[in-house]
Amino acid sequence: MVNVLLITFAITLLYLSIANRLLSIIKILAFQGLLLFGVSFIELNEINSINLTFILLETIIFKTIAVPLFLNYVIKRNNISREAEPFLSNFISLVIVTLIITVTFLLSNTITDIHLNKIYFVAALSGLFTGLYIIMSRRKIITHVMGFLVIENGVFILSLAVGNEMPMLVNTGILLDLFVSVLVLGIFVNKIGDVLKDVNVDQLQNLKD
Amino acid sequence: MIGEYLIGTIIISMLLFFNRSRLVNYILVTIFLVMQWVFTVYEYNHRNIDEFYDLFKPDALAILLLITLSIIAIPAYYHSYVYFLKNKEIPRERAIYFSAMTLLIAAISAAYLSNHIAVTWIFVELTTLSASALIYHRRNNRSLEGTWKYIFVCSISITFVFIGILFLSIAMQQAGHSDLSFPALISNAGSLNVFWLRLAFLFIFTGFTAKLGLVPMYTAGIDAKDKAPSPAGALFSSVLMNVGFIGIFRFYEIIATTSIHVWANHILIIASLLSVFVAAVYMLKVKNIKRMLAYSSIEHTGIVMLGIAAGGIGYYAAILHIVLHAFAKSSMFFQMGQVYRIYKSKNIYDVGNYFKYNFTGTIVILLAFICSTAMPPSGLFISEFMIFRALFEAHYLFVLIVLLILLTIIIWAFGKNIFKLLFTPAVGFNEECVEKINPYESISQFILLGLVIYLGINPPDQFVELINESIKNLPH
Repeated sequence: MVNVLLITFAITLLYLSIANRLLSIIKILAFQGLLLFGVSFIELNEINSINLTFILLETIIFKTIAVPLFLNYVIKRNNISREAEPFLSNFISLVIVTLIITVTFLLSNTITDIHLNKIYFVAALSGLFTGLYIIMSRRKIITHVMGFLVIENGVFILSLAVGNEMPMLVNTGILLDLFVSVLVLGIFVNKIGDVLKDVNVDQLQNLKD
Repeated sequence: MIGEYLIGTIIISMLLFFNRSRLVNYILVTIFLVMQWVFTVYEYNHRNIDEFYDLFKPDALAILLLITLSIIAIPAYYHSYVYFLKNKEIPRERAIYFSAMTLLIAAISAAYLSNHIAVTWIFVELTTLSASALIYHRRNNRSLEGTWKYIFVCSISITFVFIGILFLSIAMQQAGHSDLSFPALISNAGSLNVFWLRLAFLFIFTGFTAKLGLVPMYTAGIDAKDKAPSPAGALFSSVLMNVGFIGIFRFYEIIATTSIHVWANHILIIASLLSVFVAAVYMLKVKNIKRMLAYSSIEHTGIVMLGIAAGGIGYYAAILHIVLHAFAKSSMFFQMGQVYRIYKSKNIYDVGNYFKYNFTGTIVILLAFICSTAMPPSGLFISEFMIFRALFEAHYLFVLIVLLILLTIIIWAFGKNIFKLLFTPAVGFNEECVEKINPYESISQFILLGLVIYLGINPPDQFVELINESIKNLPH
């Protein structure tokens, strides 16, 4: 069951690479939150129930509901146009993300580790690199934030792989989630929206040598 | 003591945040500085004793950097006051500024002392939070851009560090351990799976380069040091870089006892040589003095990391270098505040003939220039010379030659801009409304630069002992 969920996660990454509208990216993020909820529910069966409740609540309330709603709110409030505005065409994006997944898959085959389920490794690293790719290839600041959230989801999967033995690390990962989301989304996207209208990275290119 | 220290800081920081009166602000900051020094002395006297559920341990390196921080913190607050007196002072902005700076200093202290890799990570995250409040202080478009880039790059790199920690924990699990404290990691390093260790090193190293200022993540720091007010910039380019250093150094101690030690050295050499190269290229090109100083810091951390990679005497020299560089570069940044007040510009075209307007400040800049380009009698000369020797002895002759050529270019570019600032008259500069700078404002810079020379030429026994103790885990 976990395998199915994680493979679905990898498929969402492919869909992410060709999503043209900001709203679809937000929906994918919410869906990924749901997948992570499922994975942590099934996988983390050895940790104490309070901690598990905390993690599950984080995935369902924070990742699935709060962050997408907030992103939606930011887009509406700042009148950001609905296109994702990639630098590259969808076809190339799709090829690149497929390559990312293939390469992490091949890399995972070199691991000889009985403790670790390789599919976690594949899903996590593909999430990480897809997020980085989205940050690099999109023009809007809000899509950069979304790319970052994809990276966070990848990291969360990786932390679940060691979650039963070291629940402290999963909690630290959640701390990272909350910290970054509050800092980047809460304070900053709002502030940038106040100072600059329709925020593109083009407007943030004054500091250079 | 660290528990009390952190609670005290949080209380003081909250009070600073809500307080609007200047007098109360002075008193609170004085209390914090006293507390910082009491804490430093206490930790110095309780060296190598675990604290707070074994999460913190003041070992020699931590003590050394903590003392450096506490020394630099005093002029940082003093110059912040000067900055607020000379600029328009909005109580709310002042409150946020001092509150963030207090939090930053405390987070840096805790990150130094941390004995557990996850605790280090948490406090490095806190430094990002407090530093971004300082960068955004001027509240205009450009500082917004600098803050945004800083937050974004630092968040990505902090995520990288976290991924590295996860890989490390996978390796530890495989070997049958679950304790991620540094002593446990060092003693179990030999039994860890090399594949995971390599991945962990790559990610943790990449992550901490955002704080340390090396290729690939150095960019955020440059904008931050440029856009923050100069007292904050002084902290960023000295003690905050040391946070990145301590993060990488502690992980390097783990790697140094394993079979991938040589591989890690090669990674360090590539990253640091590229950093020196980037610094050289940009210093030739850059027109903003503060950015030039920021690139110079990148050059210095590159040299430090080459010293670590070379081994032998290089370890000692690297620690010496990072401490002395903190003093030299922070004094340079403090002085830049005065330069900005005279010319109202950081651009090299708008400044010049500084001798005429502020004699004391000129002497500071000249001395700081000599110190930070590592010319004798600067202490950095001694540490750099030892690093060159270490590279020679480790048979990295090619690296050494490239490094020397790049350093020559850097000294030339640095000197060209600094002498333009000091001697060549500025074009179209209106002399009438030049502010008279009080010479006493430069005392702290003289003291810091004096420390650079004194500690390099005639290091006290305790200082040498601390450095030797901090590198005792590395192979000799």
